[in-house]
Amino acid sequence: MGHDTQFQAKSKKQYEYDRHHNAVHMRKQVVNFAIMIFLTFLAFAVVVADFSAYFIKPVILLLAGVQVVLQLYSFMHMDDKKASHMGVISTFVWFGAVIAFTMFLTFLTIIWW
Amino acid sequence: MEETKFTPQTWPDKAEQATLEGKNKFVGIWIFICSDITLFASVFATYLSLKDKGPAGMEFSAASLFELPLAFVMTMLLLTSSLTSVYAMYHLKNHNFKGVQIWMSITVLLGLGFLALEIYEFYHYVHIGFGYTQSAFSSAFFTLVGTHGLHVVIGLVWIVCLIVRNAKRGLNLYNAPKYYAASIFWHFIDVIWVFIFTVVYLMGVLG
Amino acid sequence: MSSAAVTNNKGFGATLWDYLTTVDHKKLGVMYLFAGTLFFAIAGFEALLMRLQLMIPNNDFVSAGTFNELLTMHGTTMLFLAATPLLFGFMNAVVPLQIGARDVAFPFLNSLGFWLFFLGAIFLHLSFFLGGAPDAGWTNYASLALYSPGHGIDFYVLGLQISGAGTLISGINFIVTIITMRAPGMTFMRMPLFTWTTLITSALITFAFPPLTVGLFLMLVDRMFDANFFDHTMGGNTIIWEHLFWIFGHPEVYILVLPAFGLFSEIIPVFARKRLFGYSSMVFATILIGFLGFMVWAHHMFTTGLGATANAIFAVATMAIAVPTGMKVFNWIMTIWGGSVKVTVPMLYALGFIPSFVAGGVTGVMQAAAPLDYQLHDSYFIVAHFHYVIVGGIVTAIFGSMHFYWPIMFNRALSEKLGVWTFWIFFIGFHCTFFIQHFLGLMGMPRRVFTYQADQGWDLFNFISSIGAILMAIGVVLLVINIIITAKSKPLNCRDYWGDGRSLEWAIKTPVPFYNFKQTPLVRGYDPYWLEKHDGNKEGMIYAEPLGDIHMPNNSILPLVMSIGMFVAAFGALYHPDGKAWAIPVLILGLAITVGAMIVRSVKDDLGFHVHVEEIVATEEHLYGNGGNK
Repeated sequence: MGHDTQFQAKSKKQYEYDRHHNAVHMRKQVVNFAIMIFLTFLAFAVVVADFSAYFIKPVILLLAGVQVVLQLYSFMHMDDKKASHMGVISTFVWFGAVIAFTMFLTFLTIIWW
Repeated sequence: MEETKFTPQTWPDKAEQATLEGKNKFVGIWIFICSDITLFASVFATYLSLKDKGPAGMEFSAASLFELPLAFVMTMLLLTSSLTSVYAMYHLKNHNFKGVQIWMSITVLLGLGFLALEIYEFYHYVHIGFGYTQSAFSSAFFTLVGTHGLHVVIGLVWIVCLIVRNAKRGLNLYNAPKYYAASIFWHFIDVIWVFIFTVVYLMGVLG
Repeated sequence: MSSAAVTNNKGFGATLWDYLTTVDHKKLGVMYLFAGTLFFAIAGFEALLMRLQLMIPNNDFVSAGTFNELLTMHGTTMLFLAATPLLFGFMNAVVPLQIGARDVAFPFLNSLGFWLFFLGAIFLHLSFFLGGAPDAGWTNYASLALYSPGHGIDFYVLGLQISGAGTLISGINFIVTIITMRAPGMTFMRMPLFTWTTLITSALITFAFPPLTVGLFLMLVDRMFDANFFDHTMGGNTIIWEHLFWIFGHPEVYILVLPAFGLFSEIIPVFARKRLFGYSSMVFATILIGFLGFMVWAHHMFTTGLGATANAIFAVATMAIAVPTGMKVFNWIMTIWGGSVKVTVPMLYALGFIPSFVAGGVTGVMQAAAPLDYQLHDSYFIVAHFHYVIVGGIVTAIFGSMHFYWPIMFNRALSEKLGVWTFWIFFIGFHCTFFIQHFLGLMGMPRRVFTYQADQGWDLFNFISSIGAILMAIGVVLLVINIIITAKSKPLNCRDYWGDGRSLEWAIKTPVPFYNFKQTPLVRGYDPYWLEKHDGNKEGMIYAEPLGDIHMPNNSILPLVMSIGMFVAAFGALYHPDGKAWAIPVLILGLAITVGAMIVRSVKDDLGFHVHVEEIVATEEHLYGNGGNK
């Protein structure tokens, strides 16, 4: 509202630098995607390989956790410190995660009959 | 301001947050996602406490019901659609409107594929007698996976609306935040799915 | 819109249309305030009927069934449809001014939130005329609610689903507003306490309302579509409802009480004429209460048999909340201590609030001790406890703030004299009603009973309690009379009505123009208006920008249309289990209206409009005479 900022054309150097920077960043995203696919494979593989459930359950939960953090911080750009109010946003997200964890814990432990 | 025509050279960094409206939309979608976290936590927790619970002598259980190949294909479709929407955002950064539209369309196609498989899966379960009202387990399962499915539908409708309404308008500071918010929402659907395939399908098969 | 602000005398139709389509936070604040007052009066009347029934033993003033409906609707209405909107009214009216913003972040959603709340509330109250109100208590425990005949519970579920969606939308809106739209210099640690508590409350709404939504949805499908979440013969479990409800329900208590704390933290420094004592500890305590509020819900369920370990954990967590709350109480006392106190009506409410709320808090800690809670559970002690917290904490805050903020909201001042009478009658009536109920509870009188036998030692105490309820009713009537009289009084057209305002909302002259500040203010410290006054700045603020065009959002009727769609759809869902042929078409029609309005909204570009400098100058001169807001 109020008074919007005026935008200026970038210099050619700056423009080329930004294009290059964006491309490099995109390559990183593809690597992250490859990691996610790999983690998914791994999760399905340990289940199909039929190890002991006591081994599988913690492992696949851990893999899911890693994958979610990757999604949040790379695909959803929570690692981007320059995004507006990212600190507040990540506080909210992690507080939501704490509440979610508490709910899982209670629903698994004190609802039993 | 919003009507200004941009070129790749004049397109600002973080265009989706360049205006106050854009910033509001960016923070707003994130706060909405936070509330969605506890929404899914509630249906998830309900599912966990009602898993395999049913009337005496119920023949269905998670271990006998779920099939991994289908879940695997669905997971791959949704994960890939997450990457394609990242590509769309990459083109948004470079002010390449055609790229945005194409990659968003691919995202929609992958999402539709996912949705079709989910509908097939539900149909299959109902067909073998595992309907919504069959047991507490079935109610909880359909509610959890159905809530996720509903989010997929909403995401698809949202993105399709964006693609259609902006086709003639091109990319500007008014609709860049809209694309960005839709893509954040789409990633969040993927985040939830990671938990669903791990907790419902993989751990379900384990019994 | 911009020219409409200058021409004041509009016809009734145009004014009505203006209010139906408005996205202005000040007008929505007024609408919230009046809607909340309406439902407050209805729920208060229900309470009065209950107290009349309990006045003497073996009374047959109302039947047992009606009594159940009354207690359910009293609780539900007071919490969801009276306290919440009244506090939202103040948040809407004050918070954007306090942070120096033009409006909220999403004005359209602000309006949508109001209409969803209002039509959901109307829907719930239609149950009285359409076959009986809900009768399973405001907690609506599944083991009761699933088997309640008639449509009462269905009205509860659908009505709260709609109004809850409105509350969630408003909550998200306030968070974004406070995060992104603070004026330059307004850092987080310079925000007034009411803005802080609004932020934390909105965060609690964001996290707590979805579990309620899910709980209500599960109840809805269980009752109307034969799902099995709570039916134990099909493997379901009624305890799930209790958990989901209290995961929402406990934060809901803090959702209501934190803004009340914030309002008192605004009132007390103004009339003690002293900076708020321990500002940063107040902020910290607010955050801590918000956090702990999510970790204690099972203390409402000690007697369901969670086991000793779970009970112990939740008991300790509950007691821990007393620490930040105690910090706040001490800070208020220390603010008053040594101040040059001016006892006005808002300050009277604040002074009455502190001891009353402490009493309610202390009985809360008593109940946190799980073994004792087995004794107190479901007795009148509980009723006394939460009324001390809610009436002593929240209602006093609302009444006090009505007096405090009336000049900003309506450009008129409520009568002090009548206000003092209201306060004393209401305050004495309140203690008379509820103090004695502690003892009734300890003597074993259970809550939610419609009558009792004579000669158990309960007769006199119940009679006293009912007399108190009548006094409270008289107090509320006096307040309404005060409001009506004030509406006829002369406009104030002044700045800083109380003379000792500290935060930005007092720096602006009333009536507040629709764009709020003509230039965005620059904030140089905590209590910015106080700071500027002491530096001899007659204008009360310095500006962060030159006078320029102001961008404002367009009005829209679509929020009302969307809400009406939901309202219509709810009737379809409600009558579906009766096998009515028109039920499903009506459901589809309602949803089609809502979705259609959404599509119209998203396809049309809504870029707002600009108020040009000449129009600003004209508006200012029209409102304040020559020279404008100087």
